[in-house]
This record gives sequence, C-alpha cells and structure tokens, in this order.
Amino acid sequence: MTSHSPDIAAPPAAGLLARLASGKLAVLLVLALLVAVPPLFFPSGFYYRVGAIVWILAIATIGLNLLMGFAGQVSLGHAGFLGIGAYAVALLPSRYGIHGIAAMVIGAALSAFIAWVAGRPILRLRGHYLAVATLGFGILIAMVLTNEQWLTGGPDGMRVPRLVLFDWPVRGSDTWYWIGGGAMLIAAWLALNLVDSPTGRALRAIHDSEVAARVIGVDVARYKLAAFVISAVYASVAGSLLAFFDGHITPDAAGFLRSVELVTMVVIGGMGSVVGSVIGTLVIVVLPQTLTFLSDYKHIMVGAFIMLFMIFLRAGIVPSLAALVRRRG
Amino acid sequence: MAGWTRRVFAGAAAAALMAFGASAAQAQIKIGAVLSVTGPASFLGDPSKKTLEIYVEQINAAGGINGQRLQLIIYDDGGDANQARTFATRLIEDDKIVAMVGGSTTGTTMAMIPLFEEARIPFISLGGAIQIIDPVRAYTFKTPHTDRMACEKIFQDLQRRRLTNIAMISGTDGFGASMHDQCVAVAPRYGVTIAHTERYGPRDSDMTPQLTNIRNRQGVQAVVNAGFGQGPAIVTRNYAQLQVPHPLYQSHGVASKQFIDLAGDAANGVRLPASALLVASMLPDSDPQKSVVVNYARTFEQKTGQPVSTFGGHAYDGLMILVEAIKKAGADPRKIRDAIEATRGFMGTAGVVNMSATDHMGLDLTAFRMLEIRNRDWTIVPEGGS
Repeated sequence: MTSHSPDIAAPPAAGLLARLASGKLAVLLVLALLVAVPPLFFPSGFYYRVGAIVWILAIATIGLNLLMGFAGQVSLGHAGFLGIGAYAVALLPSRYGIHGIAAMVIGAALSAFIAWVAGRPILRLRGHYLAVATLGFGILIAMVLTNEQWLTGGPDGMRVPRLVLFDWPVRGSDTWYWIGGGAMLIAAWLALNLVDSPTGRALRAIHDSEVAARVIGVDVARYKLAAFVISAVYASVAGSLLAFFDGHITPDAAGFLRSVELVTMVVIGGMGSVVGSVIGTLVIVVLPQTLTFLSDYKHIMVGAFIMLFMIFLRAGIVPSLAALVRRRG
Repeated sequence: MAGWTRRVFAGAAAAALMAFGASAAQAQIKIGAVLSVTGPASFLGDPSKKTLEIYVEQINAAGGINGQRLQLIIYDDGGDANQARTFATRLIEDDKIVAMVGGSTTGTTMAMIPLFEEARIPFISLGGAIQIIDPVRAYTFKTPHTDRMACEKIFQDLQRRRLTNIAMISGTDGFGASMHDQCVAVAPRYGVTIAHTERYGPRDSDMTPQLTNIRNRQGVQAVVNAGFGQGPAIVTRNYAQLQVPHPLYQSHGVASKQFIDLAGDAANGVRLPASALLVASMLPDSDPQKSVVVNYARTFEQKTGQPVSTFGGHAYDGLMILVEAIKKAGADPRKIRDAIEATRGFMGTAGVVNMSATDHMGLDLTAFRMLEIRNRDWTIVPEGGS
C-alpha cells in the first residue's frame, strides 16, 4: 500500500521521532496550535469571524476527505448535507421549539439517513456514477430549499434562532472562533481514529485498488457507504454550526458552488490528509479576503493561485510539502 | 510630559478616535458597501458599484463633505449571504466605517442587518423586499420601492380601468415569489380578486401551457406577471402568440430596455410600474423629479457608456441621503442615523423620500409611474384617466 497520507500513516521503520511527528497526537497538537496561536495577533473581531468560518468549514472538508482521500469517491453534492444541517437548526427550534443542539443532532441523523438511502444503490456503481448522482442530489436539495417558500423562506432565506447553552446565549465572533476550533479538533480526532482503525485500512485498500480490496475480502460497497454516511454527518454538523454562527441562512449554503468549493478545499489541501483538509479550507477561505485590494481582478488571481498550487504541489499542499521535507531531510 | 500622562492622553485620543470612527482624525469619512458585483445578482450590484464610485469621486473633487474627503470601501459578496456577512464584519470591525450603503439583495441584507444593529452603524440597503424595513429596525433603511408598492400601483390602474378579476403568473425566483405574496396580501384592499394563479421556473423557456390555462379561465379580465429576468419576456411573447385578449401587466422587475428588445412587438400594450428614471427625458419640465433623474441618467451613461438602470439609481439615492445626513450630523454613526431618519422631501431617482421613525424607506406610490410600451418604447400613462 502506498503511503499517500504522510501525516497519519508513516512506515514504522522511520524512527521514533518520525513516528511521533506523524502520530495522531502530533497531528492534533499541530491543529491545536493552529487554532490557539493566531488569536494572539488578531487586531479585530473580523479575524475571529474568518477564523471561525475556516474551522467550521474544515469539519465538512475533513469529512469529505474521508470519502475522497480514503474511499476514493467524489461527492459533488456535499453542500446538500451542509444545507440539511443548516436548515435543521433554523427550522426545528423556531417552528417546533426543539433545542438547538437537539436540532443539530436530528439534522445529522437525517443527513446520515439520506446518505444511507441514496448511497446504497449509487455506491454499488464504480467510477464517476457517484459524482454524477451526488451532483444531482445536491442540486435537488438546493431546489427544495429555494422553492418551498412556506417552509424555508425561499431564496431570501430565513433567520436562525440564537443557540442558547445553559441559559447562556452564544454570541460574538470570538466565542464562535473557539467553539468552531474545538469542534474541528474533535472532528479531526474522530477522523484520525477512524483512519487508524480496521475500517480506515479497508477504505485505503479500496482507494488503492477496488479489485485487490475485494480479493482480500473487503466488502467494498459497505465500506464506501460507511464513508459516505460519515462524511454526510460531518457536513451536516458543519452546516448547523455555520447557521448558528451566521444567524441567517439562504439556499446558497446548499448550492452547487459551495459543493465545488468543498471539493477544491480537499484537493488543494491534500487528499487523505486531515491536516491537509484544514490547510485547504484555510487557503480557500482566507485567499479571497487577502486579495480584496485587487478589486476587479480578485477572481482572476484566486484562480491563478489555485492553478499554481495544483501545478507545483500536485498531491495537495500538505502531502507535497511533507514529501519535500522528507526528501531533503 | 511624564510617561503615564502621555499614555493616558494617547489612550483618550485613541478612545475618541474609536468613538468618531478612525476617519475623523485623517479628515476622511469612511463609508462602506457590500454589493453583489459578480454572480447571479450582478445586474443589481454592478450598476450600484459604478454609481457609488462615480459620485464619491465627484463629491471629493468638489471638496468633500464639510471639508472632509469621503473614502469608499466596496466589497463584492458574489450574491452569497455568508460572504456578505463576513465583509460586513470587516467593514465594521476592521475598516471602521461610519455608515454603509448596499447589500444588493434581500438575502444578503437580512444576513447583515444584525451586525449593523449591534454595532449601531447606519445601514442603507438596496434590497427590494418589505421585510428589510418591516418591522422597523433602528439602524436599517432602504431606498428601492417594495414589491408591495408595485402591486398597489398596478391595482390602482386596474381600478381606473374598472377591472376586478385577474389572473397572476409568477416566477419561482426570489423576486417573483415575494411579489406574488405581496399582491395576494393587498388585493382585497383594492377590490381585486385573484381568480387564477400560475407559476413558472426562472429558467423555463415556454409558458404556453400556463397561459392557455389563463385564457380558458372564465371571468379573468387582466393578467399580472410577477418576475424578472427573461421569464417575463417569454410570457409576453407567448401571450401575444396565444392572442389572450386581456391587458397584461408586468412588474418593475423588467423595467429595462432589454425587456423590450427580448419581447419585441409582443410587448406593445404591456403596462408596468417603473421609476421615473426610465422615462427621464419624457417627463414634463414641470415635474419636480425631472432634473434629478435627467442628471443621474446623463452622468451614468457618460461615465460608463452603459444604459442607465433603476438599480444604480437606488445606490445614488442611498449615497445622497447619506451625504445629506453627514453634512448635518458629522461623522458620528449615531447622529448620522438620526439625520437619515429625519430626511424629509429628499428628491431621489426613486421619488420623494420622507423618512420617519415608523417608515425607514419613505417612498409613497407617487414614486412609481405607470408606463405603457408602444412601438418598442416607453410612454407614460396619465394618472388621471386610463
């Protein structure tokens, strides 16, 4: 099996130091530092907001990476699950008085169920069928959210009631920065554990060769389905958090462009790398903010940067740089 | 000066800066705009951006406001509510603006409102729907007419023509859906009965089935089409092909030359409510709005080489209301808010604006003109007769 995930699967012979540096704990430590250190340099609340968005979207990216980087399947409709999570916390508390956290859990369960039902027939197919089917699924969710105006407020969106934890209304970009960061760390920890488990090994086997995996007795369809369901739950939770944070949600959250953005984050950061997912999200969210001074040329430059990343860091930012360091060292 | 006094002094100065917005000390007044310059709503955001840039430059060339230059910071949200909220945070927290014009769509506006209300910074939205200003929020204003007013203007015209039974055909996009609901809400007040309802998707290319239903429906006397984009043009063409005998009304959403080009001769006889901007040169000289709309249209067309649109006009109104307020109140956001709310008799491209504590838009029905398309051009329907 090739090691396409340097931050989690280093060969045992690489020495204690290398193992430490690539162990689960080290990855979590790197991510924790990434969350904890930047606020020391934040000049205003705006930076907390951008940071919070990065951590929240990174949860969805980590989930999608489990599907893309490990199970080797592309989902072009993942924002659909983001939308389900978001509208769950917008609708359930305001219409049925369900607590925000419970609404988030219900949204995640609904996403898991939909992924399971939709994934069962689709994931028996190989190649691009899943990509096409998920593409249709994502557009379907966005259409429902746009057209069912009596329920969702239509294209103008709807208000999301503020999350209240133990009588304490959660507000402010800085608070959400730490909540998002914490949730992202938990998500990363769960993903790392999953990757290290027999399920993770089976998924990687499928990624490398479906035929070989089947020959050694891996139930390919079942594991692909598991990865799809898990990634849907990740996206749903991210959608819920994003909706709580924004306080207002529109069907754009479930749109096709958002799905493509998530795939871009995974690919830019590095397939099969948890840290890569976070870095990919960071780049895609922060890049447009830093390039605003270019005004009309911003979009061209964002595109150019993404192309440069793909040309020079082909395996994604984190795996490519890790390989570079290993070769030099 | 002793170290600690200097520090206290510096601290006080910094606090004062925060209070008045960092601009005061640099003799600059920072205002912001979050617009949908790209993406699906770019037809709203793009003319707004150009308008703001042209007029801020003009104001600065003429010496600014009260001797202070205006600094305009524009961000493009691409029509995405989440991005809009991020940029709004940036304007408030990082750029420290004193007021904001913009928010091109209702969706982006609604996402940004809580931030401005919390930061107590005046926010003049360019979004259409009535929910922006109803209920009234302390710091949120808007300049475009609401879709409810378009419905009322159409129903007034129906009353003049003594037509009471109508059919509606509406797009399922944000504009069409919102206007449809508002028309249903105000119809009883004008004694209008909506006898039949049809819908179409924003990308549909044939509305013959829906219009056939309407034609076959007994008792329908007129048809109202709520929608924008190319949908209404297709409705108009199909309507003529089917030779539906009733008068057809379009909304202010299609009030552009492009609509006439798309619909062709089928558009003859179609009526629609629109802002005076479209018929600037046709207004009688006695019309108090004439000079404002003629000047704006000329400036915009000269500087950009593009035909003027009502959406740019909304940005003009927003900027000018804000400029008037800053002239009176200085650069303190709270005082600017009070001054905006006190706007009376302001003549904008959308009509006369009279704001109050209970009305943060300030337009009435006279802001709309009822137009009829004849020979591929606009004509003004006299308000007296029909």
